Amino acid sequence: MTGKRTSLYPMHQKYGGRMIDFNGWELPVEYRGIITEHNKVREEAGLFDVSHMGEIEVQGVRAAAFVQNLVTNDVYTLEDHRICYTLMCHADGGIVDDLLVYKYDRNRFLLVVNAANTDKDCSWIAGKSLPGWSDVMVSDLSSAYAQLALQGPLSETILQKICDRDLSKLNHYGFDPEMKIGSVSCLVSRTGYTGEDGFEIYMDPDHAVDVWEALLEVGGDHIYPIGLGARDTLRCEAKLPLYGHEIDRDITPLEAGLGAFVKFDKGSFIGRSILWRQQEEGPPRILSEFEMIGKGIPRAHYEVRRGREKIGWVTSGIYAPHLKTVIGLALIKREAYAPGEEFEVIIRNQPIKACMKRGAFYRRPKNHY
Amino acid sequence: MKVPEELLYSKEHEWIRVEGKSVFIGITDFAQDHLGDIVYVEMPTIGKSFHAGDVLCVVESVKAVADVYAPVSGSILEVNGNLDTEPERLNQDPYGNFVAKMSLDDVSELAALLSPDAYRTLCQNQEKES
Repeated sequence: MTGKRTSLYPMHQKYGGRMIDFNGWELPVEYRGIITEHNKVREEAGLFDVSHMGEIEVQGVRAAAFVQNLVTNDVYTLEDHRICYTLMCHADGGIVDDLLVYKYDRNRFLLVVNAANTDKDCSWIAGKSLPGWSDVMVSDLSSAYAQLALQGPLSETILQKICDRDLSKLNHYGFDPEMKIGSVSCLVSRTGYTGEDGFEIYMDPDHAVDVWEALLEVGGDHIYPIGLGARDTLRCEAKLPLYGHEIDRDITPLEAGLGAFVKFDKGSFIGRSILWRQQEEGPPRILSEFEMIGKGIPRAHYEVRRGREKIGWVTSGIYAPHLKTVIGLALIKREAYAPGEEFEVIIRNQPIKACMKRGAFYRRPKNHY
Repeated sequence: MKVPEELLYSKEHEWIRVEGKSVFIGITDFAQDHLGDIVYVEMPTIGKSFHAGDVLCVVESVKAVADVYAPVSGSILEVNGNLDTEPERLNQDPYGNFVAKMSLDDVSELAALLSPDAYRTLCQNQEKES
């Protein structure tokens, strides 16, 4: 197997990672086991190599206006050193990607995008910068950054031991562009993809191993390395969307239940008019939470039916290790959407009973943050 | 990788224990290790008949769905009810937890199965390939 390797590859070997191909990257799906790793993050802390993610910088005197047009959320009202989650849409409202926008100031933004979409997103953004925006500099900085995610209720306690800032002052969705972790200068944000408190840490790839080892050492028994398998079960259990599943080229943010991140009153942005109409009329499909009643594991793309009528498909489904239930999300046509109602998931050609439900997914308890 | 000496094995990573005119079938240590955490076992119906090579049932882990194949021809006499509520038993003790017990309708089919040594070699070759 010879895919692209992050600078943490020697660590995956050292800690016994079971390696797989992930969109051309050689990364660990697990170390000790997915369920063990999942529960460690919910109960204590876990450390992820997420260096395969993409980082795109946008700079210039008109950077803010450029980004404002590109994304659905409002980056004008975003304060300096704050982050927002947002979608980037096509003119027809379909989604190019979901991303985090880090605002240094109104002339400089860092867009953090999905690993699988980095090249596509760079082309998309660069394409939008001409004509008329050639003073805005768009740079793909992905290879300049390694990225680790430290997640779980003990994240702050662990990181505080080796960093030079008071982490209690770093709020959720804020970032510090220059924090020293040990002797390594890092960008640290209070963000994550697990539903727990935690940090995403960006550094020069040459120093990534030092930060990884320092965190594992200072965390001791309270932290495990975590693979991509648990990354997926954690995000799914916390109802966080994944591109290619809940969001996609032909799914709109409103269908995916992400209307909170679409700020119509900020003014124009790519996709606004179609999304506005969809908001007025109601989206044609709705992403519904569900819980299995019959036995079986729902998985992405499995058909869902009401009796003989196909009403949509599963976007994600798992045995949720912390909740210990089998839950999923399905994109269902609006006329069939009815929380509390039963329907069937087709698993290996058999209809297995499930129930549309609200509140089936994980919410972090107050004392975790 | 554990490979008990008293069992026979299939190329699809099932183990077989012969008891008179019936066989107990399970999945091997190699299989459970590669599958990862098992979360669901869809068991075959008691009384149903299978030819050697048919899909007997399905084992699902967090990340994968795997078919379990009938190593011999026969019908289902018994299934392991514990796996309904505790599928993780297959990870914890793959040889101590059978999946199904089948009648052995054709003893000569046992000759097509692998000895522990042959199975060990198969596993080593598969590891090299990956």
